[in-house]
Amino acid sequence: MKEMPAANPIIFDKSKCIGCNRCMEICQVDIFLPNPEKGKPPIVAYPGECWYCGCCVMECPVEGAIELQHPLMNRVHWIEKRLLIEQGNE
Amino acid sequence: MYDNAWPYPLEYDREEIINADVLVLGGGVAGCMAAIAAARAGQKVLLVEKGATKRSGAGGSGCDHWESAATNPCSKVTPEELTQAMLHDNDGFNNGISHYIECREGYDRLLDIEKMGGKIRDTEDEFVGADFRDDETKLMFAYDYENKFTLRIWGTTFKPAMHKELRRLGVQILDRVMVTSLLTEKGAQGGRCVGATGIHTRTGKFYIFNAKSSIICMSRPARVWLFSAELPGLCEFRPTQCIGDGHAMGWRAGAEFTMMEKSVRAEFSASGRSYPPYGAGNNHNTWYAASIIDSRGKEIPYADRDGNILNDVKDRFRPAKGQKFFMKGGGIDFPKYEIEGPETLSFSKMMEEGYKLPFYADLTTLPEEERRVIWGMMVGQEGKTNVPIYRNYTKEGFDPAKHVLQCYGTGWTSASFLPQERQLFGLPGGFFNDWTLSTNIQGLYVAGDALYASDCYGHAAATGYYAGRHAAKYALSNDLLQWDRQQVDKEKVRVYAPLKNDPHSSIGWKELNMAIAKTMQNYCGEVKYDDLLKVGLVRLKEYEENIIPQTFAYNPHELVRLLEVFDILTVSQIIIEASLARKISVDALYFKRGDAIEDESSKDKLIVIKQHEGEIIKREVSVDFFGDLKENYEKYNQDYIRGDRS
Repeated sequence: MKEMPAANPIIFDKSKCIGCNRCMEICQVDIFLPNPEKGKPPIVAYPGECWYCGCCVMECPVEGAIELQHPLMNRVHWIEKRLLIEQGNE
Repeated sequence: MYDNAWPYPLEYDREEIINADVLVLGGGVAGCMAAIAAARAGQKVLLVEKGATKRSGAGGSGCDHWESAATNPCSKVTPEELTQAMLHDNDGFNNGISHYIECREGYDRLLDIEKMGGKIRDTEDEFVGADFRDDETKLMFAYDYENKFTLRIWGTTFKPAMHKELRRLGVQILDRVMVTSLLTEKGAQGGRCVGATGIHTRTGKFYIFNAKSSIICMSRPARVWLFSAELPGLCEFRPTQCIGDGHAMGWRAGAEFTMMEKSVRAEFSASGRSYPPYGAGNNHNTWYAASIIDSRGKEIPYADRDGNILNDVKDRFRPAKGQKFFMKGGGIDFPKYEIEGPETLSFSKMMEEGYKLPFYADLTTLPEEERRVIWGMMVGQEGKTNVPIYRNYTKEGFDPAKHVLQCYGTGWTSASFLPQERQLFGLPGGFFNDWTLSTNIQGLYVAGDALYASDCYGHAAATGYYAGRHAAKYALSNDLLQWDRQQVDKEKVRVYAPLKNDPHSSIGWKELNMAIAKTMQNYCGEVKYDDLLKVGLVRLKEYEENIIPQTFAYNPHELVRLLEVFDILTVSQIIIEASLARKISVDALYFKRGDAIEDESSKDKLIVIKQHEGEIIKREVSVDFFGDLKENYEKYNQDYIRGDRS
């Protein structure tokens, strides 16, 4: 039995992650646990506790191996100003 | 759901004893600077941090501007002028000592951090010729470009630089250990502080720290009124694990607190309400002075404090006619006329004039260097912006020269909160301090967010270093006292008790935190009544006596989360006790009484409270108890002043 979490803050690219655990060691909230399989990405054991600071990504030695994303409800909207004005004049 | 076995060795009940001259509790900005100061004074320093010191604390991921650096070479205001303005802006309900330290020594700390490897000036000449840059020093300023006392900085570089300096100085850093209690002489409440206890967040091992002096550098309380069981990490502005442990253990040890009755309607980062800080359209702090437009693209004008419309963008960075300087930033929410800076017209005015919602932050029409400094430096260097905002939005195609970013809520708060959804924000209460940043407990010092009326990065760094110096001085002239076995044993029983319960019939940390938050919203909301506060206190007491014994944690990580909630419960009790002690409404404290008595005698008084053997002891102190700022500062810091000059 599994349950989807309210948010998936951390996404690993398994093909890029070298399993160095630096993200895990820098996280001040300690949301990660080491993967039982050596060399594999850490496990995001406590996704709800993520503070979304991004230090795990800043610490990662491989570009693109780890990404942080805000939960859907926190994704904001932007628009080209030109389109906004066009829509406003319709 | 993580269903593997716990990956770390379990060491519950195992003890490790560590001795030091100076013990620093908390490895955020204040803690790092405190440890650096004490180590430079020749002391053996131990720093204990719940997370990872290199990036821990509210300022770990970055900081984009440093306020009140009044002694920088370009500043046109004095530390005295700035501190007096801060005091006046809050009708005196502000920490004159700590903010004077911030104004007087903040720039010294920036120079320090620069030497450690932090970037504080535009060494790459990216902004040559910009109005906000001094081309000689390459320092860059925010807000008031004429008076130049707030600096734009590359704060993502700061914490790693401090961490490196700590290691260079030989400070012993103990990461992943939650400090759970203070140890006092003979175990007596109110006795001299002789150290602290801790628990490892991964192994559950127990620590006993024995030191000549200790410095509380932990956060202000959080998650008192706000809680989401699904996304606890997004409940508050400060990091998830920064919930006010220091306040709770200080209270238990008999330390004095003030202004704990102050709370404001939540402003930032509550789950389900706020959008990411600095990541939604606004024109404050990081985003000052972005243009704001309505949904037809019509710009909302900026006006000065007298209501004069400012047509030139440059006027957003100048004081008004006849005004010496204006202030914006962390502690300034609703500025008084004297320091009120340029601002877009009020929301109600915009509605009256037919502006169309929603609004957007618009950088497209700003001068190029203003756009580039907001998007790319400020958004990028400010905490929690580098990855989730700057990098991610850029990757998703956001172009500040083309796109406009939507605002949520009615202003810079990026959300609309209910009156009972409260936060300790905007100069909240904390430990009461003297001119050495000592508490009433001998050998116990305090810095940063733990101080009453604390605010931002520069305040944390400056007070941290200052407390480190004075704690080092104390350690030099006092012996190491033995800790009390009974006090330690009692604490061990307290911290490990939840492990012994049955998970199937117990209460977890989230359930307890949620109950406390609801209790506080109900009994200690926006308007206070003695009758309700007293019932609230009874409810909290019931949780303490009947519910805490029924709690359970599966592993050391959960145990630490649970011990944090016990601390939140203690903090909630402090807040209600402080609210009961304040019998009249005080605007500057956002403290509203529904049953105020007609006695104005405490109007200009700080109410200082502590507990002793279960009894609440309170006293009143004039808000300006600290006396003349310059004179007293110089009285207590001659050695620093001399050293500074040599």
